[in-house]
Amino acid sequence: MKDEVTSREERIDNLKGMGCSRKRVEDARFTQGKGNYVDDIKLDGMIFGDFVRSPYAHARIKSIDTAAALEVPGVLAVLTAKDLEPLGLHWMPTLAGDKQMVLADGKVLFQGQEVAFVVAEDRFAAADGIEAVEVEYEELEVLVDPFKSLESDVVLREDTVDEAGKPVDGAHGPRKHHNHIFTWEAGDKDPTFEVIDNAEVVATESMYYHRTHPCPLETCGCVASMDKVNGKLTVWGTFQAPHAIRTVVSLITGIEEHNIRIISPDIGGGFGNKVGAYPGYICSAVASIVTGKPVKWIEDRMDNLMTTAFARDYHMTGRISATKEGKITGLHCHVTADHGGFDACADPTKFPAGFMNICTGSYDIPTAFLEVDGVYTNKAPGGVSYRCSFRVTEAVYFIERMIEVLAIELNMDAAELRRINFIKKEQFPYTAALGWEYDSGDYHTAWDKALKAVDYDGLRAEQAQRVEDFKAGKTRSLMGIGLSFFTEIVGAGPVKNCDILGLGMFDSCEIRIHPTGSAIARLGTISQGQGHATTFAQILASEIGLPADSITIEEGDTDTAPYGLGTYGSRSTPVAGAATAMAGRKIRAKAQMIAAYLLEVHDDDVEFDVDRFVVKGAPERFKTMKEIAFAAYNQAIPGIEPGLEAVSYYDPPNMTYPFGAYVCVMDIDVDTGVADIRRFYALDDCGTRINPMVIEGQVHGGLTEALAVALGQEIAYDDMGNVKTGTLMDFFLPTAWEVPNYETDYTVTPSPHHPIGAKGVGESPHVGGVPCFSNAIQDAFRPFGNRHTNMPHDHWRIWKTANELGLHG
Amino acid sequence: MIPAAFEYYRPKDMAGVLSILEEHGDDARVMAGGHSLIPMMKLRMADVPHLIDLQDVEGMSGIEIGVEAIRIGAMVTQHDIIDHEPLASAAPILREAALQIADPQVRYMGTVGGNVANGDPGNDMPGLMQCLDAAFTVVGPDGERDIPARDFYEAAYMTAREDEEVLTAVTIPMPKGGYAYEKQKRKIGDYATAAAAVQIVNDGGTCASASIAMTNLSDTPIYSEAAGAALVGTSVDDAAMNAAVAAMLGDIDPTEDNRGPIAFKKHVAGVILRRAIERAWSRA
Repeated sequence: MKDEVTSREERIDNLKGMGCSRKRVEDARFTQGKGNYVDDIKLDGMIFGDFVRSPYAHARIKSIDTAAALEVPGVLAVLTAKDLEPLGLHWMPTLAGDKQMVLADGKVLFQGQEVAFVVAEDRFAAADGIEAVEVEYEELEVLVDPFKSLESDVVLREDTVDEAGKPVDGAHGPRKHHNHIFTWEAGDKDPTFEVIDNAEVVATESMYYHRTHPCPLETCGCVASMDKVNGKLTVWGTFQAPHAIRTVVSLITGIEEHNIRIISPDIGGGFGNKVGAYPGYICSAVASIVTGKPVKWIEDRMDNLMTTAFARDYHMTGRISATKEGKITGLHCHVTADHGGFDACADPTKFPAGFMNICTGSYDIPTAFLEVDGVYTNKAPGGVSYRCSFRVTEAVYFIERMIEVLAIELNMDAAELRRINFIKKEQFPYTAALGWEYDSGDYHTAWDKALKAVDYDGLRAEQAQRVEDFKAGKTRSLMGIGLSFFTEIVGAGPVKNCDILGLGMFDSCEIRIHPTGSAIARLGTISQGQGHATTFAQILASEIGLPADSITIEEGDTDTAPYGLGTYGSRSTPVAGAATAMAGRKIRAKAQMIAAYLLEVHDDDVEFDVDRFVVKGAPERFKTMKEIAFAAYNQAIPGIEPGLEAVSYYDPPNMTYPFGAYVCVMDIDVDTGVADIRRFYALDDCGTRINPMVIEGQVHGGLTEALAVALGQEIAYDDMGNVKTGTLMDFFLPTAWEVPNYETDYTVTPSPHHPIGAKGVGESPHVGGVPCFSNAIQDAFRPFGNRHTNMPHDHWRIWKTANELGLHG
Repeated sequence: MIPAAFEYYRPKDMAGVLSILEEHGDDARVMAGGHSLIPMMKLRMADVPHLIDLQDVEGMSGIEIGVEAIRIGAMVTQHDIIDHEPLASAAPILREAALQIADPQVRYMGTVGGNVANGDPGNDMPGLMQCLDAAFTVVGPDGERDIPARDFYEAAYMTAREDEEVLTAVTIPMPKGGYAYEKQKRKIGDYATAAAAVQIVNDGGTCASASIAMTNLSDTPIYSEAAGAALVGTSVDDAAMNAAVAAMLGDIDPTEDNRGPIAFKKHVAGVILRRAIERAWSRA
């Protein structure tokens, strides 16, 4: 037998299990243009829908005349709110407990809002039909500033007031004003204020984390197909959470869940943009039900940037207190959160500001208080987690800026300030002042490794020399050293506190071993580029001893996959990855009984070894998993059912807390505002590493999106609520040209509660990267008196900082 | 992003092009690479009921390098410019500028003729051609005429070319001396925040002639005769460069956009021009 001459190391290699840089199995089709995205789906008789969108940010709709549009050749129907109202579908629930207009119901609240849905035989006819719909608007006062919105008499949403015009309670409690959505608090207000008011040193800063957008390369879209014969609605779409979409569709339409099939085919990036439900999905489904034909709706780039879920838009004010020696004693954070016209954040329902209460960061801060006020404005709805767990980018940016500002206040080195305040290794599990229990960490080791790798002291010496040269007129370039140490909170989450609209945030895996020793596993998650088909197979390979190459991973079809809450917030590995390992262990437990029977020993006398069970003390006596799989199906074994299958639904006991240490070095041209990234070092600790190559790819991608956000990517509005950055001309999407060479590194601190110790990594580099890039810019100007400037640090804003500091002579 | 319906024509010769133009007047537009016109049509900002594709019209794809002048056909792509070694030797500023236009995919399609004829103030070639004192050949129902690049641009998208005329070639007097095309942009593929084209002749340490044009700092490209004049007769020292920058700033008229406010653009224009002069002078 070949097995007998194969070494144990070769058997391990053959599995391509955890720790192996296995090549991504998805890439063969993606790199050859053989992916199957939603716009690749073509069904017999398929027709197309597209939206008439509002040119105004705030207007009353006086009339909609569809007659001319219906005369356009190829146009089949035009849906308005009046058509959806009898079905109760003119508004839809948002994930945040608010509701959103599907089609403009009497007024519009943001530019680009969906007003009517034109259904036509092809896209071209739909586009011509859109031009022919006549909408009469009456412009209303536009509120784009949340602070002004909170003082305005203008009522943006009529459902926020009673008949007397008094604000009524929202989904998360009382409103302070008719344009106010919620107040959310964490921590202890009075003790925190007392500590800060009596502290030796206090640093105060206000910062605006600008509005941006996840901008996946593939925009949102769907194909809805109602089979009128069997009453089944099938929807292919860009869904990061297909099962949740199915349940929500069932709840709002009344169609029974077994008669709804949601399929997420290949998805070209999500980054949070594809978590929520959009009017396009509802209108396509209604159009298909009405016409009996499959209806396709695909956004163009401008639709995507202007109307589907944005990210960030947090106005944050902080106070941080410390002793003269730099030991932090207290933290206060207030956020004014601009949610646009509808609160369509995609957070666990009990967390209207997501996990913003992770804003004490990686530091042992004894007392803290956070308050968030959500506000309506005339901007697009959203507030999703763009490549981060819920609002964690905002939290980490906030604390990593506050640390830098405190370092200035203390006249201290910011690296040292971090070091003396890190939570110590022996403090884990650590309960933070705002309530989270950090599972594991070793921050000092990671920090020291990072600083040594970049020769931090050498960089500071070089920077000091550069400042001298600058002052002496020898150079017009400044050097910035960006530091960031982040702790992420991912893997939502424990059902006891994490649900979305009542749907518990567990996840699942179902495994079938085939008789000849290969397998299929299905999960409740859905890859959008993360490489699940590669990495989940590796977890299973290590757990069940069959080669990863013999394991198919399937996700995204609600008719076949087990129920789960989808992929976002770096939850796939912490939750579905755990379910995969646990299901694998169930397979292994049954395999052990079969092996013992075949080897004619007691169950306890065999043990698992790589790809087989061996008799303890007699390694020459074994049964491989392949042999066991065959026996499971084809041999009558007393007391054991045929077959080898398992399913696991995993409710995680806690979140996982990946962390990392990043350093960025930039050279900044003071005269043009051009920032040149000379070096970027990223150390990530995501616990157990499943596939180092996939991790490195995730880090590169997350850092690149961090670079984008920090250095120029924004959704900007003018005073009239017009989107100024609605195309890729003005919305910054970095290419290879703008991206530096990244150096990646790691430490490994496994999660103590996760079955394989893995924590999740997809979003860490974005969370840690944004403050690192921003801190590099800010640090360059620190010797000249800079405390804080807002992102995005594009050329003119960097130039403006230099100008205001008097560096242009 | 779907254009309104239009008629598509692909004539084989210029006579065919001109007859369609004559028939439909300003309802017809010619298209070279299409990288400006097609997006405008998709955004429904340009209404072109009759679109005439020039791809099959022969005789506009050549690059001829003579003794006194270089003649570049209107259908020569940016990629052709970059790829053409004799051209890079004769007029290296063309390659330097073309490499800063858009990205390789656009440069495979985008043409010199389209770039200069469209009248988009963001395009790089118009300023460059003004710097080089090029002439544009246009052909119309009344025959052929040459228009100096420096007289061609009237306002954004408004040029001296008549609706029924087609721009067929660019003729550039053989450039002399040092050169530089300096461009600041936010990212690859972007129009300039500010760009400067400089061609300069060094006669024994003294500037014998200098030509300067700026891109995307007004609603047309700006040939700054005064900026060039400020350098002539000097050793291109600090004072001369300051004078050139001051003269240039007097000629441009930038507007605020997402790249930044006017003060920033003027400052950057000065920095960019200075760098362009320094680099051109170092090569002169």
